[in-house]
Formats: sequence, C-alpha cells, structure tokens
Amino acid sequence: MVDTLADGTIQLYIDRLYCHEVTSPQAFAGLRERGLKAFRPAQITCIPDHNIPTLNQDRPIEDPVSKNQVDTLEKNAADFGLAYYGLLHPKNGIIHVVGPETGLTQPGMTMVCGDSHTSTHGAMGAIAFGIGTSEVEMTLATQCIMQRKPKTMRITVDGKLRPGVTAKDVALYIISRMTTGGATGYFVEYAGEVIRNASMEERLTICNLSIEMGARGGMIAPDQTTFDYLRDREFAPRGEAWEKKVAEWRQLYSDPGATFDKEIVFQAEDIEPMITYGTNPGMGMGIRENIPALESVDEAGRISYQKSLDYMGFTAGEPVLGKQIDYVFLGSCTNGRIEDFRAFASLVKGKKKAAHVTAWLVPGSWLVEKQIRAEGIDKVLEEAGFELRQPGCSACLAMNEDKIPAGKYAVSTSNRNFEGRQGPGARTILAGPLVAAAAAVTGVITDPREMKSE
Amino acid sequence: MKRSGNRLAKRKAIEKTMKEKINTITSTFVPLPLENVDTDQIIPARFLKATTKEGFGDNLFRDWRYDKEGNPNPDFVLNQGVYHGSILVAGKNFGSGSSREHAAWAIAGYGFRVVVSSFFADIFKNNAMNNGVLPVVVSPEFLSELFASAEKNPEATLTVDLPNQTILNNATGKSEHFDINPYKKDCLVNGLDDIDYLLANKSKIEAYESAHR
Repeated sequence: MVDTLADGTIQLYIDRLYCHEVTSPQAFAGLRERGLKAFRPAQITCIPDHNIPTLNQDRPIEDPVSKNQVDTLEKNAADFGLAYYGLLHPKNGIIHVVGPETGLTQPGMTMVCGDSHTSTHGAMGAIAFGIGTSEVEMTLATQCIMQRKPKTMRITVDGKLRPGVTAKDVALYIISRMTTGGATGYFVEYAGEVIRNASMEERLTICNLSIEMGARGGMIAPDQTTFDYLRDREFAPRGEAWEKKVAEWRQLYSDPGATFDKEIVFQAEDIEPMITYGTNPGMGMGIRENIPALESVDEAGRISYQKSLDYMGFTAGEPVLGKQIDYVFLGSCTNGRIEDFRAFASLVKGKKKAAHVTAWLVPGSWLVEKQIRAEGIDKVLEEAGFELRQPGCSACLAMNEDKIPAGKYAVSTSNRNFEGRQGPGARTILAGPLVAAAAAVTGVITDPREMKSE
Repeated sequence: MKRSGNRLAKRKAIEKTMKEKINTITSTFVPLPLENVDTDQIIPARFLKATTKEGFGDNLFRDWRYDKEGNPNPDFVLNQGVYHGSILVAGKNFGSGSSREHAAWAIAGYGFRVVVSSFFADIFKNNAMNNGVLPVVVSPEFLSELFASAEKNPEATLTVDLPNQTILNNATGKSEHFDINPYKKDCLVNGLDDIDYLLANKSKIEAYESAHR
C-alpha cells in the first residue's frame, strides 16, 4: 500500500503484472499517447494465450485479426522492454498456468492481470485479482492502481471428500450455494481440512473459480504444500534467499482469532461430482440431482431462469444424467494442469472415446504438455481414441477456431457456461475432469463413480 | 520555470485523455429486467480482437440484438424502437464474469452514460467508472418500480444527480440516495481518471519501493 486517501481509497502497489493480447493493446496505446515508458518493466510478463490456435502453431495464425492482436503484444513487449513468451516458446501457455508453474507467482505478492481468472494465483498465497484495461495502463505506467478495500469472507470446507470428488466439484458446489453474485464485494480466504489437504494444483482450481461467485479474489494461506511446489521452479528464489523468503511466507496467515465480514462453512461429505445445467456457473448441482423447479427461484429471477433453461434446451425438474452430449473440452486455466490430465487419463484408460463425441484435450501450457508426454499419458489417451492439441485458452472462450457449434452440448472443464461463451449458440455443461472423461467415453452425462478405472 | 513547464505538459496530457464529465442527467431509460447479465453477453469474445477502444457499441448485446444472419432480433429491447435514452436499467449482478473493459466501451460507445442495477460485479463497476459511465446501485424495490414505470410508460424519465448522489424516478416521484466514494465521484464530475492522480504521485511510489526492497 503506497498511500490511503481520506475516503479510504487505496493506492495499491503491484508486484507483478501479467499481460495477454486481448486486454492490453489499448493500455499500451494509452502509454504511447501520454509519451510514457513502462515504469518497472522487470515486473511485467507478456504471454499471448486467448487467441492462439491449438493446432499448427508453427504456421502463421490464419485469422488476420487474431494475428494482429498477437503481433501487437509482441511488438508492445519489445518496444516497452518486457518479457514475452510467444507461440512455441517453452514458457508459452495460459498465463494463469504458466505463472505458478514457473515460479513467477509467489506468496505475498500483489498481482494483477486484465483477466478475471487472475484469482488463480491466490492459491499460492498471493493477493491476485483481475482488472480492466485502464488499470493495466495504470500498472504499466506507475506499478499502482487505485482500489477500495474489499470486505472479507472466509469459506471453510471441513471433513474429507468422498472418492471421485475433485477440486472442481468443490468449487462448483461452493458457487452453487453462494450463487453467481453471492461473493461480490468480498475477498475470499479458503480454509478447512479439505483446503489444507489439497494439492497446489487443486488449490489453483478452487481459487481460479472465486470470480464465478463474484469474489474480488480468493486466497489460501501458504504452507508446506506451497513451498514444496514452488521450490526450484525457474523464477523461485534460491539458496539463502529461498530460506529467507520461506521464513517470511510462513507468517502470511490469518491469526486464529481473525474476524471476517462473513464466515461460511461447508461439509466435504455433502459434495458430490457436480455439473451445471444453466448459463451461469452458480447454476450447478450434484450429477444425480434434478434441475430445480421454476418455483424455487425468487420472482425477480424467473425470467432469467427460464431464458437460461430454454437456451440449454432443458426442462425444470428433469435430470441431466443420461443426456447425450456432442463435445468434451479438457483444458483452460481451471483444469488444464497435469493432475487434470492424469485424472482424465485414469478414467479413459483401456476404454474408447464414444464415436459421436468430438474431444478437445488442450494442455494449459507447454510445460504441462511436456509432462504429459514424459508420463506416457499421451499414449493412454491415444489408445483410447483421443489426441492432444497445443496449449492455449482454446474453447474456454472460443476466440480461436475451437468453437462449439450452435445447439451442441459440450461438457467442459473450463470456468464459464455463459450463453455463447464457447461459440454462438453453444451449450456448455461445466464439470470436473472425471465427469468430462466419463462423458467422453459413454457419450452421455455419466456419474464417473459408476465407471471402473483401470 | 521548469516546474510550470512540466505542469503545462501534464495538463496537456490530461486534457488529451479526459473523459466526458458527469453531473446531472435526466433521461428516459432502457429497461433490461434480466439478472446476472455477464460481460460475455454485453460484448461476446469474438468481438474483442480490436486494438482500439472504438466501435464496440455496434456489437453491444450482439447475440441478443442480432440473429445468426446479423438481422436485428425484433424481440430485443434495443430493437423495438420503444425504449431509448442514455440510461440503462438492468437486473441484479450486472457485468459479472470476464474483466473485459470492452464491455464498458460497448456501453459507452452505444451512448449510455449511466447504468442502474441493484448490484454490479466489482470489476465491471471499476471499468465503467474509468470510462465515464456511472454505475448507480439502487434497492431491489426501487429497481422493480423502475421496471414497472417503464412498462407503464416508455417515456418515463429518471434523474441522476451525481453531485448530490440521488436518483429520482420522475414517474413515481420517489428518490433514493446512492453511494459512490468521494475520490471516484470527483474523477467523474471533473472528467479525470486514476492515471492522472497516479502520475502526480510517483515520488511516493518510489519511496514505497525503496522501503520495501
């Protein structure tokens, strides 16, 4: 915090800024217009991820408008002296996957990016949140932004998860209870036995989805899991500096007696594998449940609710289990990491992809892709009739060619089921990697717990 | 001499990037009684590929406003020719989802200066204010009365008074106070943005850095 104004507005110092190609060009243009340089270029990393194709990345991008945006980021990075990991660079990938896995993201840092899923980095104990392009410009120019202090919320998940329940299910369950706007105005800290026992990648998935209930950000206090994950990563401190940093990071937790503006507690045993049935991530339910009745929705929300079910082609009160699907998407900053590919592969191993299903398996980064090959997961997937694509945001928001056709159903491990999110008219069912794998081999919405993994 | 020269240069830079000021606006309004209108609906991702801020208004609410062939959808409020004005009134949680500032550019580009809802997503709210669009938060009751007033009479008007932080439904005569922090209010009333403030504050930033190295 550099300064606090009389009305409580904070001038917040930003330790690290990530830039991608979609939300940064106007910010760089603003800098040029004002004749400014990047204030702290060493604290800024640029990675194109939203527009990039997931096939033939060695060839020029076919869509000229996408190509222009990616080229513009490359030029801006060069002109302003910023690190740039372009297509086919070993450190290219989705910025929220690359940040943690390279150790650019570290506990205690303040971090921003013109992307709402910046909340991901909170899993490592960073204070990380999404901003708009004007704020990207401010950060480029001054390494600061003006913010209001958010209210605080602690979400505790106690107990032990049932078999077959993934971190994505935990997050979708929390959001379904909180609703899509239920954490607006709050910064969330996740706590409890489930969070403490979660791996770093599971924590990244949970914090990633904080924005889907409206939270400004989500974070988890760093602990041994965080330090073990971060140690020896490319940009992590080394030697004595490492020891010193770890000692500092160990102090980054809420006091046992800390009070929050809101406290919410969930029980792990109540969480089932989840799916969504509507057009916002809060419209989720256990995979064996029925779509809630219209009468269960408050009156002001009924027009939206009905519109949402009409868009999805679903009827209130019916189950989604057993419905035929057309596409499966494994990937995104939510579920595009090695553990997600391991989970997906564990279920499809020895089985075959359903003939009518088109599956897009998109690693979150080249480092993830490399690991997939090192572990032989690519072979397992190939034998089951799946092929790997190249890293990028891909069908999560369909800015490249990976668009789900109108009217088709896609089970997606991504983060948003908004109307048209995966392509105009596309119908998205959000789920974790196991539910996606079960749908990919059976061709219908299937409870993964009913399938034997080999 | 040098100092005043700097100040002049700064002033010029500010003027170049100044936003339209907001004071008091009285206008008819466009009702959109849908909840959780996410920024993907305000401006779909496939329209985010531009590298300037212009032209997004043409694609505001694109997939609700136009069919697959690009023909105007006659059921959508912006195409009916009944409702118009510089104020948009929408259901709760307006602007959720993606942080894309293109959503604020689309709303401003279409000609809206004020958006009214019972609550806004945080990032959208900041983006709107950074583009001279005023988000006004009203109670759920006030909001449903606004929808009722518009239904009764499409020419019903609203008066939004930023200096006094009040919103008045001229059809019912009811008004409400709305919150906005003094710093942002000052920016909107004077057409300034955060970057002007921050650039003037660089010595404090450097002092912070040396204290935290």
